[in-house]
Amino acid sequence: MSQAKIEVRNLNVYYQQYHALHDISIAIPQQQVTALIGPSGCGKSTFLRSLNRLNELIEGTRTEGQVLLDGVDIYAPQTDVVELRKRVGMVFQKPSAFPMSIYDNIAYGPRIHGITRKVELDEIVERSLRQANLWDEVKDRLGSSALRLSGGQQQRLVIARVLSINPEVILMDEPASALDPISTAKLEDLIAQLKRDYTIVIVTHNMQQAARVSDATAFFLNGDLIEFQPTRKLFVNPEDKRTEDYVTGRFG
Amino acid sequence: MARNRRTGEMAIISLIWAGAGLVALSLCAIIVYVAVKGAGTISWTFLTEVPRRMGKEGGISSTIVSTVYLTVTAILISAPLGVGAAVHLTEYQQRRTVLTRIIEGSAEALAGIPSIVFGLFGFVFFVIYLKLGWSVLSGGLTLAMMILPTIMRTAQEAIRAVPVEFRENSLALGATRWQTVSRIVLPAALPGIVTGIILSVGRAVGETAAVLLTAGSALGMPLLPSDPARSMSVHLYLLASEGISLERAYGTALLLIVLVITVNYVANLSLRRFSYRLRG
Repeated sequence: MSQAKIEVRNLNVYYQQYHALHDISIAIPQQQVTALIGPSGCGKSTFLRSLNRLNELIEGTRTEGQVLLDGVDIYAPQTDVVELRKRVGMVFQKPSAFPMSIYDNIAYGPRIHGITRKVELDEIVERSLRQANLWDEVKDRLGSSALRLSGGQQQRLVIARVLSINPEVILMDEPASALDPISTAKLEDLIAQLKRDYTIVIVTHNMQQAARVSDATAFFLNGDLIEFQPTRKLFVNPEDKRTEDYVTGRFG
Repeated sequence: MARNRRTGEMAIISLIWAGAGLVALSLCAIIVYVAVKGAGTISWTFLTEVPRRMGKEGGISSTIVSTVYLTVTAILISAPLGVGAAVHLTEYQQRRTVLTRIIEGSAEALAGIPSIVFGLFGFVFFVIYLKLGWSVLSGGLTLAMMILPTIMRTAQEAIRAVPVEFRENSLALGATRWQTVSRIVLPAALPGIVTGIILSVGRAVGETAAVLLTAGSALGMPLLPSDPARSMSVHLYLLASEGISLERAYGTALLLIVLVITVNYVANLSLRRFSYRLRG
């Protein structure tokens, strides 16, 4: 495996009294796709949200341990959360275009980070949409409402919106769960393209999808990280009995 | 059995239709009655001249201006406060604390207080204690207090209806809380917020008791916020109750109705345009 982009050490997350993640340690490789699998409620989404400190939005969340991004702990007191989230972008389960034009959706991120020059914004919008394989479909109607796009297009728009702020890591929380098979295939192609430039962590319910798109796979169960292996090994020759039971469909 | 059920169904349907018809009919009856009684009075001079001899002669131009003046003042004061309070309660208080419950409870109670009580308070507090006198400012402040709960509660509902995904996406892009509120949440909630403000405009335009005690009943054209003002509804009330001129009261009433309907119509129109632009 290549060099670690994110190194998680002894991560524990609590919601009020509930202990959601138990002592997770994992090294997420740079410029690869890491898939997180496991049954509902196993903590994989919580883990994902701890990588850009989004769990903090929920009152009563407590996080212990370290998450090192390029060797620097993102939970250190001097961390600038805004800067962190610029470096670690996130795509959510439900495609959620803002109620504004396609152009303004993409320009939103750069604008809040202080870019105002039209030429510069135009350039970012085109580059981001091209990277997300959406440019050709929308280039003639950048000014129309983004809510008119289909679900699959909206999800690529959201990815373009994340790309517009030049992140280093992209977190995806079940990005295909609301999409039809054709849109899903397009999304998976896109993920394969993006990993050349970005480190991607993807939560998925769909094991075939994990097998198709990822280089490494982590299996979570009841808040524990059971096994983390190169994807092929995890699916073909897992070391833990529970992983085997899960990937062969005996539960979950 | 089947026949019984059918008869029952028919009975309910006719009842529903009767109810709907009655509502439409009473509305039409009022408008038509006022229109028939008031239309004769309305003329160019009635619209453009100030009242003379207590309203027996001349027009009602100063009362139209006063009504608009008072309403605009009230909205300018209460809209920022109401929307601000709503943003604070929904976006900056993660949990319902004692404070938020006190604020929400007060707004609820405030909304139920009869307008004459607001008028009395406004008279004692703004007119006398703060020495603002009978003026547009006193009246506007009193009206603002009266409509504040409506604006706040509707804004709260509108803000709560904005999907949580918008906020998460915005924050995950590195936006601050205020950037998220000002650029995503408030624009998305705007149609609902504006609806609340329009409802309040309707209430403020028609309000009599609260204004009578705080803005006075002077007939002149108000220029400064410190000038006294007689609103259309107050004018109508005085014309009718003091037996000055019933025809002119109806004329004023007709214009008041037209004003309220126009405000609602224009607001609806712009709102639809606005949401069309957003929703696509």
